[in-house]
Amino acid sequence: MPLLKQNAFVADQWSHLADEDALPDSAAITVSLARLQKEWDTLAKHPGQFGVRLPNTVREAELAPFLPRLALVIVTFPAFNDGRSYSIARQLRLEGYQGEIRAAGNVLPDQLQFMRQVGIDSFDVSDRFPLDSWLKASRQMSLAYQRGLYRPVGEREVWSERHRGFDAWEEQPHAG
Amino acid sequence: MYRYDEFDRQFVLERTAQFRDQAERRLSGELTEEEFRPLRLMNGLYLQLHAYMLRVAIPYGTLSSKQMHQLAYIADKWDRGYGHFTTRQNIQYNWIKLEDTADILQALADVEMHAIQTSGNCIRNVTTDHWAGAAADEIADPRPVGELLRQWSSLHPEFSFLPRKFKIAITGAPNDRAAVKVHDIGLRLHRNAKGQAGWEVMVGGGQGRTPMIAVTVREHLPENELVPYLEAIMRVYNLYGRRDNKYKARIKILVHEIGAEKFRSEVEAEYARHPHQTTEVEERELARIAKYFAPPRFEKLSRFVPQFEEAKLKDKDFGRWVKNNTAAHHVDGYTIVNISLKATGEIPGDATGEQMRVMADLAEHYSFDELRVSHAQNIVLPHVKLSDVHAVWLKLKAHNLAEANYGLVGDIIACPGMDYCSLATARSIPISQAISRKFADARKQEEIGAIKINISGCINACGHHHVGHIGILGLDKKGEEFFQITLGGSSSENASIGTILGPGFAGHEVPDAIEKIVDTYIKLRSPGEEFLSTYRRIGPQPFKEALYAAA
Repeated sequence: MPLLKQNAFVADQWSHLADEDALPDSAAITVSLARLQKEWDTLAKHPGQFGVRLPNTVREAELAPFLPRLALVIVTFPAFNDGRSYSIARQLRLEGYQGEIRAAGNVLPDQLQFMRQVGIDSFDVSDRFPLDSWLKASRQMSLAYQRGLYRPVGEREVWSERHRGFDAWEEQPHAG
Repeated sequence: MYRYDEFDRQFVLERTAQFRDQAERRLSGELTEEEFRPLRLMNGLYLQLHAYMLRVAIPYGTLSSKQMHQLAYIADKWDRGYGHFTTRQNIQYNWIKLEDTADILQALADVEMHAIQTSGNCIRNVTTDHWAGAAADEIADPRPVGELLRQWSSLHPEFSFLPRKFKIAITGAPNDRAAVKVHDIGLRLHRNAKGQAGWEVMVGGGQGRTPMIAVTVREHLPENELVPYLEAIMRVYNLYGRRDNKYKARIKILVHEIGAEKFRSEVEAEYARHPHQTTEVEERELARIAKYFAPPRFEKLSRFVPQFEEAKLKDKDFGRWVKNNTAAHHVDGYTIVNISLKATGEIPGDATGEQMRVMADLAEHYSFDELRVSHAQNIVLPHVKLSDVHAVWLKLKAHNLAEANYGLVGDIIACPGMDYCSLATARSIPISQAISRKFADARKQEEIGAIKINISGCINACGHHHVGHIGILGLDKKGEEFFQITLGGSSSENASIGTILGPGFAGHEVPDAIEKIVDTYIKLRSPGEEFLSTYRRIGPQPFKEALYAAA
């Protein structure tokens, strides 16, 4: 599965550990939420970056104690029409999480823009579609009515544009 | 009326281009039908029994004359010369080709219309009172809020893949003509003890196989908080609504399963989590939108118009139509004209391209260029001078649009049923036609008085049978259609779900059964008592006896 990040296919720098895998010395690793909660004391001492794979059936608030140490949260889409992780990603950003959020599972090109707008910035995608299809589908709309979205330069929020002089609801960093 | 600015225009054009690309990728085979399905649904394109169906959004049911002309043009050019106005104030075309859809969307964009989110598991067209801005009992025109919510919900990145479809209805009047209590979210404007206007927020109403009346989540929400508060409701639903069973996925099931109290506390907790949300922009946007809905330039007229009164006396048919099909306007000398799309033996809600053009021209000349679509599948001219009513009626009459049955037994709400819909288990159109023929006598209809008959061709209840005073549900028993009758439903401010009366009937028995129910009512009513009041007073027993005892 290629990893799409900042408009390019890139190599995944992360090791995704199964629950029984031993911790490597320093690599960037992700673990399941269950392991994160169980082995927090050990994991907190891990010298490399670490992240978590979050099922879409748990409350995002469960991550709160760990958020400051996390550099990656992988949110999941078991089916393309299962939209729970859109809200989970939005909540993470509203809580102030600034690390990477990655979408994994069943992700389609026509959903990429929505995913970026709620704060997801990397995507485990299928190799069925060429890079061009992904990039084209991901920027077909240059306008959004909703405020407080993540957006690249060139995308605008209609209400904020109409009523200049008010800062956007919360100034969001521009995502990839 | 609202007009697009450069942003709205660009938004709809980009969306149209996006859909053109998606349709091309489907036609080329790059997208599978399964992958294309949610994309086309979010643009209102269904696959039905015989062809594609395109459902066009008519936000809060308001149309200009120019827009109605374009709907007629689409009916003539790409469909079979007619369209069907729906119970969600939309119009649908039943004979569409996939390769034409992008061109149709472009034709809609040309008149500031679209088909965005008329289908799919997302926030659907926001509906409201079809007399908004004209009704005598209104606190304020709800359409500015309707437009605010239209924009907010359009391609909402967080809420486009919900557990199930999501319908919002709003009313600015105490007499609820928008059925807000049987919607996923219902909003009702009212004044508190201090005289301040605010919105009651109701959640979890709905019909389908599990009909429910909405519960109140907030009594009196300030208008500027509507958007962030609705986001909190939507987020709770998106996260915790059931996705394991399509029939238990609507928000009403979530509210019911966890309880109103728990649901309310989840929403309030989510709302309180993000206290930094400011609403100045929403306030400014609402003020900007509200300017478009400023009342038209009404003339200062007398309440009494001699030539109008004379015409009513001289022509009994006209007098009867005025009595039934017009309603009180908040400005003296004006009235609301309700055009019935329920001529005897016709299909409820259908209008030909020619009829659409006639209504569009009437709106242009006599109603400040405005038309409304009602959820009862009729068309409204909201602001007609009393002195013009006779001319309007003559024109309507010449085009089979002057049926004097608004709100009467012939004003039947019916879904398309098995004649078009792939979900249907029975036909509803022929049943509706047969009932309307049974009660064709206009005097008889008037004698019966206000009564709402609703027909659905399957348990999904698109014909709103649960809230019909008389509800008819078409089902399938071993390949045979049969029809269940419910009594006592209502979608008004005193909403209630109808009760099943007893065993169902074959299609050809339904008109007689309805007649027996109506006769029983006439026999037992107190003077001046409407059907629903009588039913609520005497209960189902006399009707059961009339229907089943003799058999």
